[in-house]
Amino acid sequence: MTVRVGVITFPGSLDDHDARRAVSRAGGIAVPLWHGDRDLKGVDAVILPGGFSYGDYLRCGAIARFAPVMAELVPAAMAGLPVLGICNGFQILCEAHLLPGALTRNKGRRFVNRDVVLRIDNDRTPWTGDFGAGQEITVVLKSGEGAYVADSATLAQLAARGQILARYASGNPNGSAAAIAGVASEAGNVVGLMPHPEHAIDPLTGPGADGLGFFASILHASAAA
Amino acid sequence: MSAGHHSSPGTGASPAAAHPASPRAGTSPQDTVARAAATPAQPQPHAELGLTGPEYARITDVLGRRPTDSELAIYSVMWSEHCSYKSSRLHLRQFADKAPPTGVLLAGMGQNAGVVDIGQGYAVTFKIESHNHPSYVEPFQGAATGVGGIVRDILAMGARPVAVMDALRFGPAEAPDTRRVLPGVVGGISFYGNCLGLPNIGGELAFDPCYSGNPLVNALCIGVMRHEDLKVASATGTGNKVVLLGSTTGPDGIGGASVLASASFGGGGESAKRPSVQVGDPFMEKLLVECCLELYAAGLVVGVQDLGAAGVACATTELAAAGAVGMRVALDAVPLRDAGLGPAEILMSESQERMMAIVAPAQVERFMSICARWDVRATVIGEVTDTGRLEMTWHGEQVVDIPPGSAADEGPQYDRPAHRPASQDALRADDAAALGRPRTAARLRAALLSVLASPDAADKTWVTEQYDRYVRGDTVLAMPQDAGVIRVDERTGLGVALATDGNGRFCRLDPYAGTQLALAEAYRNVAATGARPLAVTNCLNFGSPEDPAVMWQFTEAVRGLADGCLALGVPVTGGNVSFYNQTGSAAIHPTPVVGVLGVHDDVRRRVPIGFGQAGAVIVLLGTTAPELGGSLWAQVAHGHLGGCPPAVRLGAEHDLAAVLIAAAARGLLAAAHDLSDGGLAVALAESCLAGRTGCRVTLPGDAFTFLFSESAARAVTAVLPGAETEFAVLCGEHGVPATVLGATGGSVLEVTGSFAIALDELAAVHQGTLPGLFG
Repeated sequence: MTVRVGVITFPGSLDDHDARRAVSRAGGIAVPLWHGDRDLKGVDAVILPGGFSYGDYLRCGAIARFAPVMAELVPAAMAGLPVLGICNGFQILCEAHLLPGALTRNKGRRFVNRDVVLRIDNDRTPWTGDFGAGQEITVVLKSGEGAYVADSATLAQLAARGQILARYASGNPNGSAAAIAGVASEAGNVVGLMPHPEHAIDPLTGPGADGLGFFASILHASAAA
Repeated sequence: MSAGHHSSPGTGASPAAAHPASPRAGTSPQDTVARAAATPAQPQPHAELGLTGPEYARITDVLGRRPTDSELAIYSVMWSEHCSYKSSRLHLRQFADKAPPTGVLLAGMGQNAGVVDIGQGYAVTFKIESHNHPSYVEPFQGAATGVGGIVRDILAMGARPVAVMDALRFGPAEAPDTRRVLPGVVGGISFYGNCLGLPNIGGELAFDPCYSGNPLVNALCIGVMRHEDLKVASATGTGNKVVLLGSTTGPDGIGGASVLASASFGGGGESAKRPSVQVGDPFMEKLLVECCLELYAAGLVVGVQDLGAAGVACATTELAAAGAVGMRVALDAVPLRDAGLGPAEILMSESQERMMAIVAPAQVERFMSICARWDVRATVIGEVTDTGRLEMTWHGEQVVDIPPGSAADEGPQYDRPAHRPASQDALRADDAAALGRPRTAARLRAALLSVLASPDAADKTWVTEQYDRYVRGDTVLAMPQDAGVIRVDERTGLGVALATDGNGRFCRLDPYAGTQLALAEAYRNVAATGARPLAVTNCLNFGSPEDPAVMWQFTEAVRGLADGCLALGVPVTGGNVSFYNQTGSAAIHPTPVVGVLGVHDDVRRRVPIGFGQAGAVIVLLGTTAPELGGSLWAQVAHGHLGGCPPAVRLGAEHDLAAVLIAAAARGLLAAAHDLSDGGLAVALAESCLAGRTGCRVTLPGDAFTFLFSESAARAVTAVLPGAETEFAVLCGEHGVPATVLGATGGSVLEVTGSFAIALDELAAVHQGTLPGLFG
């Protein structure tokens, strides 16, 4: 059975096309999902792509969390559906309280587009199973509000429960707390990642193909489920 | 239009033309056609609106009466320098008259942007446009809306916009005002382009005191479509509906603050105190792009036009004139964000993120439902008629009744006096050959480092890191490569390359040759990636056309570009003119920015600039002569600008490109890099740093000349091991001189017998400048 991965398009989503391409390249079926439809089309996993949903007006991800499709997604995620939020998708998942913490303005106050090295801390989520713990991969960071913040108790809890998914390993490009680049929910099925793995799936158009591991992971995890 | 320099969006010409006064000064009841006919002697503020006495008289001749306030608004913006190209049109004709025979143009002169056939059923449209004046007044929004405007030009052709680039010029990098303007401009481009989801794949950044107070912000966009998707900016079909879609209309960009502060909004209402800057909403533009592409795909659009400078006035007159039809428009149907606006203000408003479409009545319902799906406001404001008149009403009263062609196509045209200034002789006589040169190895080494650290040659990551280069997933090459390369077809690898170049120093010394050198450099940059150059766009940035010396520079530049394009076989597909880039009597250097589009049959064969591997043989292509006039070295070492620019050798450029294209197609090259500002010295350093691999070279002659001359028609290549013989034969076949300089490898840039610089030192010098200046 081929795994079907939904990619939600919100008004202002930009990397939805790229996320679908990454799913296809990994061997899955990419299913477009529309923000205005309360319908997940029976997919095995969902990706919230990068972009500027609703123009990022008010606050990044703050409006998107109220989109009709989120009314379906939130309970499904609580029930175990694998969800990956990339960049703006990560911000939406934080706003929706599916993930702890928040993303704030970069330390340098400027948008940063840079190839970054990540170290995978947690290889036990359905999105990181193909990696090894401690593995270093190169992906693309491109965001203006990518600095991860959380109170110290939350940060301690994240570390203690293995919820830190990945950290920046080649300098901290945006001032994220504990150089956190991505976190996982306590159950591990919901994952947020600030950098873009979908832009590192082919050396022709990105810094390499390391990012493909996230998409291969979910296909393997879903096929095994 | 006569020469492909189209008349619509983007501001950047005369400030007076771009920010006309309100024509309603002093009138209280609505000025109607009937009232105009009844009050022929009523004075009108035509001069404040930038119209001369004879131009105003011509309007009354066309209409047989005085214009209404609304009509005056239309003529004032449509006959402005910016929209009518009245000072340049006569000269721009050369681009058509001297166009080389080529089968690649699907649409050229007179459209929103030229359309080029790149094969496999695909077409590409591209254009560059200035947003200079707004970017000085309000750097962030000025630059942001510049991106928005050029993207809508491309969208109006039926294409999906796929990438942007920017050519920027500022005053001295260390000047306080540059620290205000540059971060604002870069921030605005970053904000708008990133939020819109278009990769920024290249461009230029240079500094010179002549741009203090007159920064240049030229934005380029490229779009892709299938041949059959080409759209026309033309209204046809009596009874078809005129639909305005996108943002609401506000008082943005109607007039300068002094004008807005006048009584023009009626009795000093508070709405009059709005700033005249246009404010960009890239989120709305993103929705507008997706919405329009879905409308096109559904076959619901008969004709379409973007709204830029001159807004509704320009879109309605041009659509009606192009279709040779009439049009009836209810201006009170235009959705407003400021209820206080009158018809003349609505006509002139430059509110961003708006398009106008012509839609068959039976399709309106489907059209509206697609707009609703994208949350894009769409409103029927009129319909196409068979009267041949553009008629507009305001709450039932007729306020406009004109032949649309008289505003769109039959504007004034001037043959302004042009004289080569006498001071040009002294400038040319001030030969750079007389400048003191570094004679020792240590001084050569220091000269290389100081040129590499100069703001013009320094690493531009501080700027380009603020731009998203990856979105859409088709970016194959971007900054700091010679050209941006975008994949068009994932299956076949078909793609395009784009480069923009312009050298104000060369053009100041010789505008004819300097413009050809800009063309040659962009052509060479595209070829260096392995792409076949196909077509040209341009943005001509100059001082006041009313200064005969500036007009001489302009005519020489246009003649040089037209002749150069003919010689290289690449047609001009469109462009933009920006005059009045001057403060007082001091004009900027003439700065034509030339963009060249090339095609890659397979982007997997693209060649980067970086020496990415050791053991490749470094071969210098072309001939190096002692040509230092206008060079970066002369500027950095001596603050000197004089003499002659390097000789233009278009035949040699053509042959060099042929070698680079064939070598890329056969997979002979590890790297190729064009030689331009800073000559071989800067090129070698950049190739070493980009590929993180050193090199050792032996220079076959005077080391200074080889390192810093800016002779044209040259490139440095790294030939893959085993391909040396085939490459040498290829160069021989095309008659391109090829000199083996050495090989790649190690972590040092070494000139044997002279000096060596570790890449770490090179990197620190190259990368430290802009962060040091801008934080």
